[in-house]
Amino acid sequence: MAASRPKSLFRNLNAKIAAIPMIITALVVFTGGTLWTVAYSFTKSKMLPKWKFVGFDQYERLWDTRRWMVSIENLFIYGLCMLVLSFVLGFILAALMDQKIRFENTFRTIILYPFALSFIVTGLVWQWLLNPDLGVSNVVRALGWDSFAFDPLYNAQIAIFGVVIAGLWQGTGLIMVLMLAGLRGIDQDIWKASRVDGIPAWKTYLFIVIPMMRPVFITTLVLIASGIVKVYDLIVAMTGGGPGVSTEMPAKYVYDYMFGGQNLGQGFAASTMMLLAVLIVVIPWAMLEFGGKKRG
Amino acid sequence: MDAVSAHLDGPQGPKPRKRFSRNNIIIYGILGMVALYYLLPLYVMVVTSLKGMPEIRMGNIFAPPVEITFEPWVKAWSEACTGLNCDGLSRGFWNSVQITIPSVIVSIAIASVNGYALANWRFKGADVFFAILIFGAFIPYQVMLYPLVIMLRELGLYGSLWGLVIVHSIFGMPILTLLFRNYFTSLPEELFKAARVDGAGFWQIYFQIMLPMSLPIFVVAMILQVTGIWNDFLFGVIYTKPDLYPMTVQLNNIVNSVQGVKEYNVNMAATLLTGLVPLVIYFVSGKLFVRGIAAGAVKG
Amino acid sequence: MNAQMNSVEIKNLDLHFGAVKVLQDLNLTIGQGEFLVLLGSSGCGKSTLLNCIAGLLDVTAGQIHIGGKNVTWAEPSDRGIGMVFQSYALYPQMTVEGNLSFGLKNAKVPKDEIAKRVARAAEVLQIEPLLKRKPAALSGGQRQRVAIGRALVRDVDVFLFDEPLSNLDAKLRADLRVEIKQLHQTLGNTMIYVTHDQIEAMTLADRIAIMKGGRVMQLDSPSEIYNRPRNLYVAEFIGSPTMNMVDGALAATQFSSPLGEISVEGYAFDGGAPDATPAVLGIRPEHIASGAAAAQMPIRLDSTVELVEPLGSDTLARVNANGAPFWVRLDGQATLRPGDALPIGFDPARIHLFDKASEERL
Repeated sequence: MAASRPKSLFRNLNAKIAAIPMIITALVVFTGGTLWTVAYSFTKSKMLPKWKFVGFDQYERLWDTRRWMVSIENLFIYGLCMLVLSFVLGFILAALMDQKIRFENTFRTIILYPFALSFIVTGLVWQWLLNPDLGVSNVVRALGWDSFAFDPLYNAQIAIFGVVIAGLWQGTGLIMVLMLAGLRGIDQDIWKASRVDGIPAWKTYLFIVIPMMRPVFITTLVLIASGIVKVYDLIVAMTGGGPGVSTEMPAKYVYDYMFGGQNLGQGFAASTMMLLAVLIVVIPWAMLEFGGKKRG
Repeated sequence: MDAVSAHLDGPQGPKPRKRFSRNNIIIYGILGMVALYYLLPLYVMVVTSLKGMPEIRMGNIFAPPVEITFEPWVKAWSEACTGLNCDGLSRGFWNSVQITIPSVIVSIAIASVNGYALANWRFKGADVFFAILIFGAFIPYQVMLYPLVIMLRELGLYGSLWGLVIVHSIFGMPILTLLFRNYFTSLPEELFKAARVDGAGFWQIYFQIMLPMSLPIFVVAMILQVTGIWNDFLFGVIYTKPDLYPMTVQLNNIVNSVQGVKEYNVNMAATLLTGLVPLVIYFVSGKLFVRGIAAGAVKG
Repeated sequence: MNAQMNSVEIKNLDLHFGAVKVLQDLNLTIGQGEFLVLLGSSGCGKSTLLNCIAGLLDVTAGQIHIGGKNVTWAEPSDRGIGMVFQSYALYPQMTVEGNLSFGLKNAKVPKDEIAKRVARAAEVLQIEPLLKRKPAALSGGQRQRVAIGRALVRDVDVFLFDEPLSNLDAKLRADLRVEIKQLHQTLGNTMIYVTHDQIEAMTLADRIAIMKGGRVMQLDSPSEIYNRPRNLYVAEFIGSPTMNMVDGALAATQFSSPLGEISVEGYAFDGGAPDATPAVLGIRPEHIASGAAAAQMPIRLDSTVELVEPLGSDTLARVNANGAPFWVRLDGQATLRPGDALPIGFDPARIHLFDKASEERL
């Protein structure tokens, strides 16, 4: 038997040939690229990558840079706001949409359309709407409320919340759609049973439906979280990081140092920190999700 | 009541419901306000892009245009300046078309064959590569940006259109492969087995059996990729040269350029032009778009 | 409570989904303590009717009374019903105990009363050892028991079952069927039970309502339904294999068909023998005598065996008599082979005659 079989390397040869792009991507680009960047974050690379080992120098410098600290702080504020608000709003909207309403398709189309737009477009739109001379603020003042001021993008203290408004506008629709799919996936008999038991709808959501949606929540959470870390275009289009450095983000720091500041080492170190942040979120999730599956 | 049930006393038929019950007012009230919040930016953009500059300076942005003018649209398309170039967004548009079409085709071709191999021709180690691939979807692009620059430079593709096509194919691979793998797994396995018994090989089964059955998923993948690649900014700015910049990059350069007087009407027309392609796809594809993002988001 | 009182009454019930008439002018009276089975193929409206009784669906016209009260507009929880679902519909993140007590807690039932009812339900259903477990850790049969328990603790007069055994395998289904019957005998509640399985219906029901297209085709005891089906639909629906049918024409007590002229003298006509009308003659496979026994029968035919299906306990044979196919149920030991000649015969008292046009029993 064994002798008549072709060598194992040549079994499924076509499938293996077809998988070559995937294998190269997985090994060379994803694994290799990541390791390369991590390795070179310990070097003195400036304009060009140079293998001159300097230990944690780049990281020390990174954490001594005010701009980086502000970026991290912003990432936390932005991330927390986005997570909590898009989650809560997304779920509430999904629950409202699930009340057998009329015009469901219309509402969904309206709430989801910004998701089809790029961050650049989103950022620009909200840059104008939040512009005190042009946007909402100006209109309210024209209505007679002279002292009204709502100019988050021009106030370093709260500029990051202006970015949150735009981020929510763009991303909540997606969360709503995912949550709605989760709600629709719940056995209709559960709702019937709770009605027979006389449990009010809000209690059914709180004590029965929401706990049942845990897998959807976790997936959504990981999705938003890994998206938040990457946020870049939105900042570029909306504020350019300003005023001052008040809306800087890690992804922008990386880009500016790698491709603008010609300080590759800093870019590598900063991007390695971003990788670390993502791993902290993704690894526990992956273990929960896929480690659990093997047992089940 | 009709004659048959006339003899019934007391409550009968459907429970009377108030048309404007408290619940309904709350539900539709909230949804209405949310819809307004979502539509407002689009409305402002459209209205402003149809006004002249004097009118913008005078009035408020929510007011409909007194005098409709298409001048800003024309200007945005063919005259707006980025730095020294003053040939409008049209160049960015055609660049984006040139980038998007091959990127979509190449990425989908690779990912669909990949997904098919993973679903039906499991070979040793395939799952490991797939796991790395999916994991890679979560890794911030930033750690792979520079190594890719080096790789493309070695291949002589850095700064070229095909370099960007490769980049899009690479970063689209995790999600698309997952999409196709899950779809092909959901097809009845007997079909594949029957084809093998009939003596069909890898490519024959793919082209003659799998492809014809998979039109919807290809459409979903296309929607996903066209919007994704059209909206890309980061890769466009890193891996191409200024004369190849996609529309998003050019738009940002036009709008956020520091020189000159801000022409809001032209800028908003330009922004709308850039958003037009994904918006049209979104409104035309409807349910399929939703299916695409849901499939992209929920792992199998 | 008055023992004579009707437990559930449905009056002139209509339910339309848009233009689709799911239930049409339905009237049904269910006595106190009765076990009624709603039987029909999918889409006949049986589950819809049950959901209407439960108050989970708004009716289009008509009334529903439960325990003497008009509950047409009442909330499901105020109707005095408990319901068991096909998918169990247990609350997955609560323990069995939590599942049983959640509704009661919500209705502000005192704590010791809840404990008492849960304990009693657990005892009746023998799920005491499972109380601290979550539904995911239970087998299908155990889950269904918990689902029944959730209806039990509500201390109501009417239980509604929506295909409760359909998700179980055949063996478990038979076991739980017996348990439900036992439960009904112990509790004496009114039970309305939806199924598409005729064996469940025959074994459990005091009365069966066979439904089709939103109407009740026949409402009778199982034996009445088996022995005197009111119409062709019921006759074909009940019994396995289905009743043999022969098209022909009836004039007084003479039935002429491809089988020849048959005298149906001895058949109990509903009204009287009609003058002359196209008719269908039905005879159940188990009521056909064969071989030597056929000679004793008033009606005798010659036939040829076409196909034999040995089932162990008995054997089914398809035979051909004058071009008409018949299924015959034979003894399990019968040794027949295709091609064998087999005399068959039956008694007119055991046949069923239906009007060809109206499909009603003659």
